[in-house]
Amino acid sequence: MAVKLQMIDVWKSFGANEVLRGIDLEVEEGQMVCLIGASGSGKSTLLRCMNLLEPVDDGVILLDGADITDPELDPQPIRQRIGLVFQSFNLFPHMTALDNVLLAPRRIHRKARAALLPGVEALFDRFGLADRMSHYPDQLSGGQQQRVAIIRALAMKPEVMLFDEVTSALDPELVGEVLDVLRALKAEGMTMVLATHEMAFAREAADKVCFLDAGRIVEEGPPAEIFSAPREARTRAFLARVL
Amino acid sequence: MTPERTETTATGRRAARGPTRREAREAHLRRRSMVIAALSTAAVIALIVILVPMAPGWERVQKSFFNLDVFTRTFPGLLKAFLLDVMIFAWCAPMIAILGLVIALARDARSPALFPLRLFGSIYNDVFRGVPVILVIYLVGFGIPGLGLPRPWNSPYIWGTVAVVLTYSAYVAEVYRTGIESIHESQRAAATSLGLSHWDTMRYVILPQAIRRVIPANMNLLIALQKDVALLSFIGPVEILRQAGVYKSVHANFTPYLGAALIFLAVTVPATRAVDRMIARQNRARS
Repeated sequence: MAVKLQMIDVWKSFGANEVLRGIDLEVEEGQMVCLIGASGSGKSTLLRCMNLLEPVDDGVILLDGADITDPELDPQPIRQRIGLVFQSFNLFPHMTALDNVLLAPRRIHRKARAALLPGVEALFDRFGLADRMSHYPDQLSGGQQQRVAIIRALAMKPEVMLFDEVTSALDPELVGEVLDVLRALKAEGMTMVLATHEMAFAREAADKVCFLDAGRIVEEGPPAEIFSAPREARTRAFLARVL
Repeated sequence: MTPERTETTATGRRAARGPTRREAREAHLRRRSMVIAALSTAAVIALIVILVPMAPGWERVQKSFFNLDVFTRTFPGLLKAFLLDVMIFAWCAPMIAILGLVIALARDARSPALFPLRLFGSIYNDVFRGVPVILVIYLVGFGIPGLGLPRPWNSPYIWGTVAVVLTYSAYVAEVYRTGIESIHESQRAAATSLGLSHWDTMRYVILPQAIRRVIPANMNLLIALQKDVALLSFIGPVEILRQAGVYKSVHANFTPYLGAALIFLAVTVPATRAVDRMIARQNRARS
């Protein structure tokens, strides 16, 4: 499989706080990579750097082999190719679910509402939200809001999807419906990177699991290996705490 | 004992036992504060009614400020003059809303080419929030027509309006900025992550939420504007304040000023109440 996304020695700090300290990571086309690790280990920052929401301090990120961290580049067209879904959904509260999804394609692809509607309606339908399109975010459950947020990112037809602890803000009984969406996306071959605390899900669905600690990838490998036979003491200590 | 207790409902228990100790105590306190409030209000009113007419100048004040005859003769004229205030207000308010927004956005401009705009925005705000309205009205209202402009460009209406709009836009811009800054960073992050431009993010995501959030604050400014419109009288227009002054001279009596004050109150009190209700509703919606 071709490498879709590659990070080479990526560094990022906020003031004196070094959040990423030399990250090397490869994501192959169609792979689901799960990032695990304690809060503050750098998972979210890593995803925000991939989407160029945060500029990296040093190092390179390659998308299809092309450097996207070149400071001369306009980040907007690259962000459109890499969707990002947030822990707290971040839907636009003054717009209906449908308008949340339509905003970016309408403004960026300059397409008329009518031209976009069939495709977007199909997405809502696929994720079981056909009857919620004209609802406002505060009229939706957490699980529904998060699914709308995923649809909003998918509507830009991204090549890679990043998920930043997308189930952490949900009530336990709503987690399943969002994880089902992730399984469906994997089944259709979407390249995905997840920061997650859902160890059971990572174990079942991930192609590769990376354990982050203090801004470095301490250990990575297939889930069976990481969860059953971790090599590093820090990985073992973390897993002992969360499992 | 205990299981039996939990079986009866709270209301059932109250009905059976009468008010609880706490309810009885609270009812007692409520009755007592009502009696005290009534007594103290009555005492204050009595003091005013008895003491004020005892003042040595009361007879004169009564004649010159509370003259019913002058009041009934001048009130209709005042009302008519007030229409002019309403008109000035009506064309100033939308201009202020628009200019205020433009100034607020200018101060948010990020591109280096727009730096002059940003600089202008902050100087503008410093100047017009730092100078009293009446001074701006004098300077603009007398100064610019003093350039010897031809009619109608020397009209005090035009330059008075300009002065009021300039001043109030500075305040409204500041209110807009507060609103823009109150929108959580995650909204901007979500829009940016989708690939939306800075301006599209502002136009479609931030501004609609920000403007809605500061409507009550801007309404308060509108109420203040409604009163400050009367300051235009100093440069010429015969609106209600100037009309009251004319009547004062004609009748040698201050009652027209009282009439003018009542007319202002008739507008501003309901408006203030409406805004208070709006703020309360917004607070409820947010909590």
